Amino acid sequence: MKPKIAALFAGLLFGVGLVVSGMTSPGKVTAFLDLFGHWDPSLAFVMIGAIGVHALLLRPILRQRRPLFATKFQVPQKTTIDARLVLGAGLFGVGWGLGGVCPGPGFVSAASGSGYALVFVAAMAAGVLIERRLLEPKT
Amino acid sequence: MDSFTPFSALAGGALIGLAASLLMLSLGRVAGISGMFASVLGGRSKASEGAGEGAEDRSYGYWFIGGLLVAGLLARLVTPSSLPTGAGSLLLATGAGLFVGAGTRLGSGCTSGHGVCGLSRFSRRSLVATLTFMGTGILTVLALRTLGALS
Repeated sequence: MKPKIAALFAGLLFGVGLVVSGMTSPGKVTAFLDLFGHWDPSLAFVMIGAIGVHALLLRPILRQRRPLFATKFQVPQKTTIDARLVLGAGLFGVGWGLGGVCPGPGFVSAASGSGYALVFVAAMAAGVLIERRLLEPKT
Repeated sequence: MDSFTPFSALAGGALIGLAASLLMLSLGRVAGISGMFASVLGGRSKASEGAGEGAEDRSYGYWFIGGLLVAGLLARLVTPSSLPTGAGSLLLATGAGLFVGAGTRLGSGCTSGHGVCGLSRFSRRSLVATLTFMGTGILTVLALRTLGALS
């Protein structure tokens, strides 16, 4: 039960952070990307706050022998910068710019009753499945 | 309408960083939301690609996303005025969702996994991904502005 409560609480805290920071508002995200229009740098400050805290806490956490409720830390080890990474991130950015929503705020806003975010999340699920069908290497 | 809000941005960001740290401390997992969603949708997860994903419990994704949903419900109850009002174009939401879903899987991450968690580890992969999605995001908004879709 403890792992589930920990994950639920982390998600809740993450979501509250998104709401507090204003990132659940698509207009605020689009305004950050609107470098050549009415630029709003708020999103950069969200990143600075998040990365500042996480980078600071990550070192002592990863010095522990193991996580509190799991057997080992699972940090991505991959270092190759390939076409998949750049193409995927590029496509993601196009969607992010079009809608002003990324996955986290999509879930939070969908639950708060935004029809726009609900449609976004449903389309995102379709996007995941389409990518899996068409672009994943078959094993 | 939208104005610069550095203090709430920093405070909210700090909560996000704290949440990601909590997930790592408790379960040893990166708070990559697109990866969690993909594993919720079933099939092979790339969420912890190269991290030795084994038979270990992946249900944390359900609970974390559940937490995001609870946050949305709370926001609706506590600060309904802070919620986005007025529906944008649902066609735009559909296109955006398709690109975000496919792109985050192909590129193994989104704003949380690459942007927050990856950059906090000084991952070069995540730096490249973050610069790329910010770049194409800026170009996309510029295109929308040029087409007159933004006010």
